[in-house]
Amino acid sequence: MASEQLEEYLENILDIEEKHGVAKTSAIAKCLKVSPASVTEALQVLSEKGYVNYEPYRGATLTDQGLEMARKVKRRHRLLEVFLTDVLHISEENVHDEACKMEHTLSDETECALCKLLKAPARCPHGSLIEACDRDVESCSACLDEPEPAASCSRDEPLIPVTSLGPGQKGTIAFIRGDNSVIQRLTDLGLTLQTEIQLVRKAPLLGPVEIAVRRTRLAIDHAIADHIFVHSCGEKHG
Amino acid sequence: MSGCPDCDRCSTHSLPSPKKDEYVVALAGNANVGKSATFNQLTGVDQEIGNWPGKTVERAEGLLQHRGQRIRVIDLPGIYSITALSTEEQISREFIAHDHPDVVVNVVDASALERNLFFTLQLMELESPLILAVNQMDLAAQKGIVLDFPRLSDLLGIPVIPTVAIQGKGIAELSDAIIRAVRSRPHPRLITYGKEVEDRISRIVDLLPGGAGGYPSRWTAIKLLEGDSDAVWEARKLAPDAVAAAGEFGRELEKIHGEPAATVMSAERYHASEQLVAEVMTIRPPGDNDISLTERIDRIALHPVLGYILLALMIGGLLVWTFIIGAWISEILTAFLSGIAPLNPLIKGTAADIVFNGAWTGLVAALTLIIPYVIPFYLILALIEDSGFLTRFSLMLDRGMHKMGLHGKAIIPLVLGFGCTVPACLSCRIIESPKQKFLAAFLVTLVPCSARTIVILGVVAAFVNIWWALALYLLDFVLIVILGRLAFRLLPGESVGMIMEMPDYHVPHIPGVIGQTWQRTRSLIGIVLPSYLVGSIVITAAYAMGFLEPINTALSPITVLLLGLPVMTGVVFVFGIIRKEMTILALAALFGTTVFSTVLTPVQLIVFALVTMLYVPCLSTILALAKEFGWKKALAISALETGLAIVLGAIVFRVLSPFM
Repeated sequence: MASEQLEEYLENILDIEEKHGVAKTSAIAKCLKVSPASVTEALQVLSEKGYVNYEPYRGATLTDQGLEMARKVKRRHRLLEVFLTDVLHISEENVHDEACKMEHTLSDETECALCKLLKAPARCPHGSLIEACDRDVESCSACLDEPEPAASCSRDEPLIPVTSLGPGQKGTIAFIRGDNSVIQRLTDLGLTLQTEIQLVRKAPLLGPVEIAVRRTRLAIDHAIADHIFVHSCGEKHG
Repeated sequence: MSGCPDCDRCSTHSLPSPKKDEYVVALAGNANVGKSATFNQLTGVDQEIGNWPGKTVERAEGLLQHRGQRIRVIDLPGIYSITALSTEEQISREFIAHDHPDVVVNVVDASALERNLFFTLQLMELESPLILAVNQMDLAAQKGIVLDFPRLSDLLGIPVIPTVAIQGKGIAELSDAIIRAVRSRPHPRLITYGKEVEDRISRIVDLLPGGAGGYPSRWTAIKLLEGDSDAVWEARKLAPDAVAAAGEFGRELEKIHGEPAATVMSAERYHASEQLVAEVMTIRPPGDNDISLTERIDRIALHPVLGYILLALMIGGLLVWTFIIGAWISEILTAFLSGIAPLNPLIKGTAADIVFNGAWTGLVAALTLIIPYVIPFYLILALIEDSGFLTRFSLMLDRGMHKMGLHGKAIIPLVLGFGCTVPACLSCRIIESPKQKFLAAFLVTLVPCSARTIVILGVVAAFVNIWWALALYLLDFVLIVILGRLAFRLLPGESVGMIMEMPDYHVPHIPGVIGQTWQRTRSLIGIVLPSYLVGSIVITAAYAMGFLEPINTALSPITVLLLGLPVMTGVVFVFGIIRKEMTILALAALFGTTVFSTVLTPVQLIVFALVTMLYVPCLSTILALAKEFGWKKALAISALETGLAIVLGAIVFRVLSPFM
């Protein structure tokens, strides 16, 4: 299977999984506009390669390896959308399709350069959150202020934005995206790297999220909270 | 600085200071830790207490007299850091750094010690004589937190006093400690950070001339390392080498950590704070898995549906209740006061008559506004605030406020605006960015305050019907949203999102609530009463001397041609600039009747109330705006709103006339 096709499958399975919990063959077929038979075939291949857990008739879910890959592609897709919209001013209806074609050929280096050029955007033009990159940096200034890419080694595990934690879930802060003033504001309130935080609740309609940190509770604007990335708890970061 | 200029090893702070007549003590600390309550207990002055962060918008002063010593106590606004730069943080930072109080009392929240000590460490860097008041010990105990105070005192090298300020516990001990401290000036122990930063700090210190700019060298070095713009500016001439070296070291730290040096320093302080807390705090695990009261209430108050219902009920109830009580008390009060002396601002006679009548009318207008409407409103608001509900409303409304370029915290000034615009404008200081602060103040001037509500009720609800009165209210809210969105787009500057602390709920502390209501009312009386009296006298005099006729004539193109109102209303609107509800009084006096439906048509009544609601904010508000934002902006708001009132009034007159 071509890597392009593989990535496209993983991306769509992630979308469907997020909505319905499991990606049924028929749903994937509808999404990719292919026959259910070829989806079944593809899922078997993906399963062999260790990207999905596939149970005939039930459907597919991503493995950790598959999830990481899917997130990486999603990140590239959304970064490209921002680039196409904000820099190239491509018309709105074409942005998604263009990005779909380009996302598979993007190298790590280009992705990083794109992220720097766009000043580490938080959301794509359609409002979806852009995943944190997998580079082993603690803040964006490590990249933005450096002419050369700062750290070349990648993180051991993917990061989740604090807004994606469920109520009651804990995580340790691994990375804060954005400019220094935001980071400073958060740091002064005790949101320093490696600190354990717990998501208490999310207000409806992308309202502020309430988190517990250092025995206090803070309500943080959703857009600011999007910048805070954590390792979900249990996994202590070196 | 005084002391030994040649020797930098001997700190002037540790020398016994000569006895002074009056000492200055500053209360500093995070927002919402009970600083205001501590201040009240120390001085007996009713500083407002509320359960939302950032309420002390300007530093308050009071006098502590203890054991024959006079001590001036300054309550600084709550801040989380000395680096960050909102108005409040600037006030505190400047006071501690420049005014050199004899002792700084750092009030901290016992149940959130880690975050509070972060700020304590910054105060210690400033090397000001320090006392730690560990407040809210009762709440901490409820959470099973046990603290070792002697050990904490030992580690920090300063007196540590446990308190429950709201109940007055520990205040006598704190007062004693203050008296001792103004003489002995307890000098905090040096808390060192990680080797990486300490090495760089000491190398910068070596490059600094002794006592540069009056600050401790170590503090200056840290600030330079953080790239603090004020510190760099001040040291730029005195110690250019140190500035250059600090810049270089800062870049090194940034390279190592991938974070700016200021963030690295904050992380270092938090690390030190964590270690201190680990030494002194033990937590008794709670006996059972009981969910806290706060969590249980929050499940309703912050529920996506129930939360908004609760919000609507609270705000609706606040207004309805206020005006039901208000209307009732107002009736009794007006009857009583007009029994003492008749109310007639428009009188010709001797100068004494004019002054008396003006002053009396002004006084009655002020009393019948403040006692029936403003006091009940503030009382209920104080209850909502003190219990902790107001912060929840901020959170729930944050998203909606974004539409106007504001965030959840702006709900506080906007709700206050229903009572009186003046304190509401001043409370906009709790908002961080200058753009959002101005935006909030602008919208606050449009919120129907109690004076405007009286006009709408007294003119439209009484003589047209209640639905038209509600329609005016609704129109006002729509205008606030539209103008908010427009201003958000047009005004330069950036909008920043909200980061707000969520305090636990607690049963309102009644003396505190009453104190706060009184405090707000008193500051209102201070601003409103003089302008009422003087304004009223001036206008009565103007009438007596025949100045009013020319005003009517001059304004008639607007009042008569555009708005379709009688020519006499020109003067009424001039009265309204002093206080809006005086328009009713003036209207009654000029027409010689209080039954307005006999002299004005329904359309005229509606247009009159609409224009009164929107045109120039009252004199006190203009003064408050000018104080906060300068005359240019204050006058621009006044002009804009007057224009808007005339345009809308003219449109409503033309649209409604064929139907009514």
